[in-house]
Amino acid sequence: MKAKIHVTLKSGILDPQGKAIEHALDSLGFKNTANVRVGKYMELDLKESDQAKAEAEVKQMCEKLLANTIVEEYRYELQ
Amino acid sequence: MNIGVVVFPGSNCDHDCQHVFRDVLGQDVTMVWHKETSLAGLDGVILPGGFSYGDYLRTGAIARFSPVMNAVKQFASDGGMVLGICNGFQILLEAGLLPGVMLRNRSLHFICKDVHVKVENAATPFTSLCKSGQVLKIPVAHADGNYYTDPVTLAAIKANAQVIFRYCTSEGHVTAEANPNGSLDNIAGIRNAEGNVLGMMPHPERCAESVLGNEDGRLILASMVEGLKKARPQSVGSAR
Repeated sequence: MKAKIHVTLKSGILDPQGKAIEHALDSLGFKNTANVRVGKYMELDLKESDQAKAEAEVKQMCEKLLANTIVEEYRYELQ
Repeated sequence: MNIGVVVFPGSNCDHDCQHVFRDVLGQDVTMVWHKETSLAGLDGVILPGGFSYGDYLRTGAIARFSPVMNAVKQFASDGGMVLGICNGFQILLEAGLLPGVMLRNRSLHFICKDVHVKVENAATPFTSLCKSGQVLKIPVAHADGNYYTDPVTLAAIKANAQVIFRYCTSEGHVTAEANPNGSLDNIAGIRNAEGNVLGMMPHPERCAESVLGNEDGRLILASMVEGLKKARPQSVGSAR
């Protein structure tokens, strides 16, 4: 099973990288963009065929290591 | 006193700390590889600056799971003095030994320069040689020093006098302009509720001897040595 994990800053937390990209896009002429947020994308293979067990494991990975839940949130897909 | 300096893969201020505690302050120093599982015999512990694990994922996020960190947690819960400098502070935050988190600097730049910090609380074993409100000039060198915590935690650490250093002007005014990285409330260093764990972004080990033209950092490291001497009878490391 493959897990695809997205970690992003929670809304309301300043994202300096997102802001810098937003300004760069603006100066390139993309005038319709707003609220650029930068996150991380990770994928990994899991030796687990049971969907519920895999989900529990990925959730634990996110809580313990992959995201700092004080400022970040995560979502994942299992395939 | 026997000071342990923890060495993670990617630590790069470990030898500066060793030099100051050993050669400037005349203490014994033990370098502790991150795979060690015991801190027996040590009086105090330093988590030095650097780029542990390449700062991958988040600063300090992987180092906090190094084997030595279980021993550091135990050492701290037994009342042992732990000082985290820069990356060491980031590791203490990720490990939950101090509250909050570091975000990328507001400017996105890696900032390497002298800054001024105000000693907000001189009644701690890490600042006993400072005067309350004293302004220290100490260099910072980081890309992720933008301290953040939720409003409830912020109120709690302020109420409990856990904010030890705040970025300020050379005259001691805590202003937005004096804030190099966007840190909440200009916070440059905090301690835990019990008072035996301190994290700070500025590098006192880089300005602790006259030959370098600045000895302000020595006040903090020498305070720690004094604090350890006072605690010696119940010294946690030696008692185990």
